[in-house]
Amino acid sequence: MTTLLWLQSGGCGGCTLSLLGAESPHLWQRLAAAGIELLWHPSLSDGGAQTLPQLLQQLIAGERPLDLLCIEGAVVNGPRGSGRFHLLGGSKRPMRDWIADLAPIAGSVVAIGSCSAFGGIPAAGGNPAEVSGLGWQGEAAGGLLHEGFLSRSGLPVINIAGCPTHPDWISVTLQQLAEGTLTRGDLDSLNRPCSYSDHLVHHGCPRNEYYEYKASALDHAELGCLMENLGCLGTQASADCNLRLWNGTGSCLRGGYACINCTSPGFEAPGHPFLQTAKISGIPVGLPIDMPKAWFVALASLAKAATPRRLSKNARSDHIMIKPERSGE
Amino acid sequence: MTTRRVVPFNRVEGDLELRLKLVEGVVASAQVVAPLYRGFEQLLQGQQAADALVFVPRICGICSVAQSHAAAAALAALAGGESPANGRRVSRIVLATENLADHLTHFYLFFMPDFARSDYRHQPWYEAISHRFRAQQGAGSGAWLQARAQLMQVMGILAGKWPHTLGLQPGGVTRAVTAEEKVRLQTLLYSFRTFIEEELFAADLEQVVALESDDALQQWRQERERGDFGQFLTVAAALSLEKMGQIMLPQLSFGAYATAGGHFFRQGVAEGEAVRPVEDQAIGEDLSHCWLPPHSSPQHPFHGVTQPGLEENPDGYSWCKAPRLGGRAVEVGAIARQRVDGQPLLQDLYRRDGSSVYSRVVARLIEVARITVALEQWIAAIDPAQPFYRPLILPPEGTAVGAVEAARGSLGHWLRVGQGRIENYQIIAPTTWNFSPRDGAGVPGALEQALAGTVVGDRGEDAPAIAHIVRSFDPCMVCTVH
Repeated sequence: MTTLLWLQSGGCGGCTLSLLGAESPHLWQRLAAAGIELLWHPSLSDGGAQTLPQLLQQLIAGERPLDLLCIEGAVVNGPRGSGRFHLLGGSKRPMRDWIADLAPIAGSVVAIGSCSAFGGIPAAGGNPAEVSGLGWQGEAAGGLLHEGFLSRSGLPVINIAGCPTHPDWISVTLQQLAEGTLTRGDLDSLNRPCSYSDHLVHHGCPRNEYYEYKASALDHAELGCLMENLGCLGTQASADCNLRLWNGTGSCLRGGYACINCTSPGFEAPGHPFLQTAKISGIPVGLPIDMPKAWFVALASLAKAATPRRLSKNARSDHIMIKPERSGE
Repeated sequence: MTTRRVVPFNRVEGDLELRLKLVEGVVASAQVVAPLYRGFEQLLQGQQAADALVFVPRICGICSVAQSHAAAAALAALAGGESPANGRRVSRIVLATENLADHLTHFYLFFMPDFARSDYRHQPWYEAISHRFRAQQGAGSGAWLQARAQLMQVMGILAGKWPHTLGLQPGGVTRAVTAEEKVRLQTLLYSFRTFIEEELFAADLEQVVALESDDALQQWRQERERGDFGQFLTVAAALSLEKMGQIMLPQLSFGAYATAGGHFFRQGVAEGEAVRPVEDQAIGEDLSHCWLPPHSSPQHPFHGVTQPGLEENPDGYSWCKAPRLGGRAVEVGAIARQRVDGQPLLQDLYRRDGSSVYSRVVARLIEVARITVALEQWIAAIDPAQPFYRPLILPPEGTAVGAVEAARGSLGHWLRVGQGRIENYQIIAPTTWNFSPRDGAGVPGALEQALAGTVVGDRGEDAPAIAHIVRSFDPCMVCTVH
């Protein structure tokens, strides 16, 4: 069996709650299939007989092997670097210090969610709790753990970023780690698993036809593309949300609201209202990551000129007004 | 003999620690410690008002939609507008779905596994309970995970994803629902009803909703051999859970599921047999035993300050503030909601033994039945031909309140905006009420009161009664301090 210890710090628990939504098979079966034994999970373990500080001491002393260390939530360093904003219950010791002791002895260290990867939401608004990620501080390498940190398995901290994370991103990555099949080459430049970060949220977006013709929504509940006006970063965001759907058939775009690029460092402070597109001279600032700007502008103006009436009409409606039918020409 | 014990707690949402003073095998007093501070009220300051909808759901991964709902309500109040009926309906369905999932996640994953502890291995009911509810292995918890994942497909259709949707906006919801999607929602609800009728209640929901007294409930239990609710009732009778963790505090509900004519579960404050209106101005937060620098007097949340100081308050023992209503500690949650609403079974249970481990859990499960029946009607009422959203313009200045009921009880957002940006954003979450520390008069919060007097015997802080009492409140610690 592969042993797994899951701890939470400066987060909301939403990645765990998302993981509980794993569909067919459910979470217990996925863990069993991966041969993973949960030593401790704050929401799931019995926790009756043994307290967590005792277990952590045993692991640090090497009395029990620790294969996988999952940290959910940001590392909390405040106030003034003391770590006292999060003392582990029953220990009087900052959670940060426990994590720092555990990381070097773990086979692999996994940051669950954008908080533990990069700092995430609690790093917004001046970062009042002085949070960081495990291996990163926002976009800079080096968080709680030093920049070149490698766990016993030789891998850096694996950043399963997202706010929250998709259940599959976690269960698939953990199973690969348990099998020993995840390599450095399976991680992107931010150490996120390529299994989901090789895609853009744009891939599989049901609004793609509107995007192609720049038939844009102007307000919520409209069917058009959300990039031009409503803040959508799906063409820049690394994730497979529109290919691997959420809660059955969902995704942010399918829910009618913008992708806010929650798998990326710094997403919490975009510098503009989240659901409004930042523009300079009417042109969105954030264009597709690897497309020359001049080409984008040229193609966009051409596409706008060629937009079928069906799309321009439907883009501004909350339901399909004009059906796709062969035109009379 | 007097001993002092520090007890960390898991299987609650977030971090929790108890400090117990035990005298001769009895809890003489308890302090409830919320050990994590993240500073949401600080990081919201200076943000664009509408961006609150990105931040507040991320306070809590389990009450995420409730936080969105409260923020959207506050922003709608700020704009002085209302969303179309479909928008209100879909928001209500999304919130109700979260609340159903939370109630049963609490029951199957957080609360019931404590009865599968080895302390109870000699009880006649142990084998059945252990088979069904043992942590991470119980057949019941597995069945619930499967049913829960399917129920959450309602979120996939209506809210894009759960947790952390941006689908709930002040002007309604960000997508219309088609006739085809409405049918899928109805099918999902049918399947959910099947799960709770077969696995949880082993009875038709209409039968459960019609139970009006403890006698009727006990009679009903004896008529059936299966069902997880029935198993709980058997354990409750064997362990006298109605005498465990008893309190009789005023009970607050902001009113759940706003409808055209008011709320599906009424708003009010229940005390004894009387229900009185909620007075917003009577709410104040006391910092005397919080690690934050104390105010000279309790502050209404419009004037609340959340700013950790250079030194922690020496009298503090938690990051949780102590909200009080008219200076008094109150209880919130399903039991409060159902009492305020005048639900006959819960009224009867409360008259007999007050709020207890037993009545708090029964209240949640009765709510599951009531909400499911209502959800079916709300889904049926969706009109795909009518609008789901109406643009509302947020004014650059103003104050507003968003007061809703989350699964765990009353959730309030108090918002002040200037030049389009958030100047102050104060939040009182359900567990802030229930797990508050003492106030300036030394009056403990609801859980602290419920723990005092508990007989623990030789087992001390490991006595299962402590676990039952704490978890009977279904605490959400990440909401508590935020």
